[in-house]
Amino acid sequence: MNLSGSTRNLSLEVAMLLQQIINGLTLGATYALIALGYTMVYGIIQLINFAHGDIYMIGAFIGVAVVAIFHQNFFLTLATAMLACVILGVTIERVAYRPLRRAPRLNLLITTIGVSIFLETFMTVLKGPQPTGFPTVLKNVTLRVGELEFSSIQLVILLVSLVLMVGLQIIIKYTKIGKAMRAASEDYDTASLMGININRVISFTFAIGSALAAAGGVLVGIYFNSVSPYMGVTAGLKAFVAAVLGGIGNIPGAMLGGLLLGLAEVFGVAAGFSTYKDAIAFTLLIIILLVRPTGLLGRPIQRKV
Amino acid sequence: MLVGIYIIAALGLNLITGVCGQLTFGHAAFLSIGAYTAAILTRDFHMPFLASLILGGLMAALFGVLLGIPVLKLTGDYLGIATLGFGEIVRVAFTNMKITGGAIGLAAIPRASNLINVTVFVILAVVAMVLLENSRFGRALRAIREDEIAAGAMGINTMWYKIQAFGIGCFLAGISGGFYAHLLQYLNPNDFGFLKSFEILNFVVLGGLGSIPGTIVGTTVLTLAPEFLRFVQEYRMMIYGLLLVLMMIFRPNGLLGGVNFRRLLRRRKQKAAAISG
Repeated sequence: MNLSGSTRNLSLEVAMLLQQIINGLTLGATYALIALGYTMVYGIIQLINFAHGDIYMIGAFIGVAVVAIFHQNFFLTLATAMLACVILGVTIERVAYRPLRRAPRLNLLITTIGVSIFLETFMTVLKGPQPTGFPTVLKNVTLRVGELEFSSIQLVILLVSLVLMVGLQIIIKYTKIGKAMRAASEDYDTASLMGININRVISFTFAIGSALAAAGGVLVGIYFNSVSPYMGVTAGLKAFVAAVLGGIGNIPGAMLGGLLLGLAEVFGVAAGFSTYKDAIAFTLLIIILLVRPTGLLGRPIQRKV
Repeated sequence: MLVGIYIIAALGLNLITGVCGQLTFGHAAFLSIGAYTAAILTRDFHMPFLASLILGGLMAALFGVLLGIPVLKLTGDYLGIATLGFGEIVRVAFTNMKITGGAIGLAAIPRASNLINVTVFVILAVVAMVLLENSRFGRALRAIREDEIAAGAMGINTMWYKIQAFGIGCFLAGISGGFYAHLLQYLNPNDFGFLKSFEILNFVVLGGLGSIPGTIVGTTVLTLAPEFLRFVQEYRMMIYGLLLVLMMIFRPNGLLGGVNFRRLLRRRKQKAAAISG
């Protein structure tokens, strides 16, 4: 086929656009996984768990350990990291957050930050502050579709994220505990009056959130081939922005927010703002807070007197 | 001396978050604005220290008000998030601007902070805070903290007072930043991120949110403690994090929170009168 020069260029540009979209969606999917944890916890107990980003980080490190020490395959690594972080998340909730259930908001926030600092420095003491590489566990194959080039790892990330998110939706919509979670986020006190064991629901919420974050950590670790004790800080903050973007407390919102943020960052870098990459997230945050503070998919809150 | 500098910043934060109840996680950004402004003025424009200090404070206050106008509409968590975002934006902006030296930072700042002028400003700040706290202004702020809707119903123009509190708090942060710059003689934008905001917040919370003596005590303890804990340097931050969590569980009001000095003194006087009478 003999394409004329101009149509050739056009398909190249379209290909580049699609390329960036894939990059953005991949990045966004990882943000979404973390954002889901933030949003679910906030939905029920109105707490911004600053330590959530660090659970993501620990998931990544456990992934490294499992591959480096036990030489397991990808799926087992993922499962182990998720399980370990479930235990970690639930423990943190039990030990640090539950005693403060009735305390003023600021104190809980400070506690989450305290836990966050503790986890970060714990990892630093254990492994040193420098980034560690992620040992190879997945073969990175470059796939080609027409003019598009993307890596098999991106495909894996997208697929795993999709599966996890669909799984989450199924749990929320069709299981009893999912219903309990929805009830608790709708009205905490009434839910407990209705006989729902709120403590169990909250623990379960933390468990799922932590599992998702751990998955995100392992995936990102593999994708960027780097894990460091402080990787949770920026990622956590950005995922938090993603959650707010979609409407904090709203699960599809967190997914949407994550994807949008990923796309915005990738396109922002492509447009030349690479040094301001991190600020893109926060600028979006302030814009959304001013224009529509309840987020894209959130319901407007009524302030009761 | 660092204690004094942090006390000024902490008093500012105390006003915004402790007395007025507005959660702000971006306080360090205002410190950095004041620091960079003052540093550039003394270093490149050769202005006298006092002038650039005040101008630094005013610049910080200006940005505080500019940020406050749109953002103070938000409540509680959302306000905290927005100020956090602003703090990060400022940090990234300073890392990329040429005039602030970019990521390498700003160096060769003349040393102009000394024990005397820092102490003078600390005393001024404390006096100002005490006067504000006991005035109509302070009462309005506390009303806003306790119940914003009720305060509004009582005829208090909440937006106006919140912006004023924010502006004053940021002014103090700016001054503190100016001192900081001229003490360390080097500024790095990454010093002024969320972690620093959080540190200052801890000073205030440890001492007791809303309490001026508490803020002073909290700042002093937390600034000097790392010196004494130097032998566990590696684990320092771990202990710090743990300490925070424990404190929140067991003594959430801070060391001096809820302690009203005037009530204590009055009770002593009453006891003394009862004994002698």
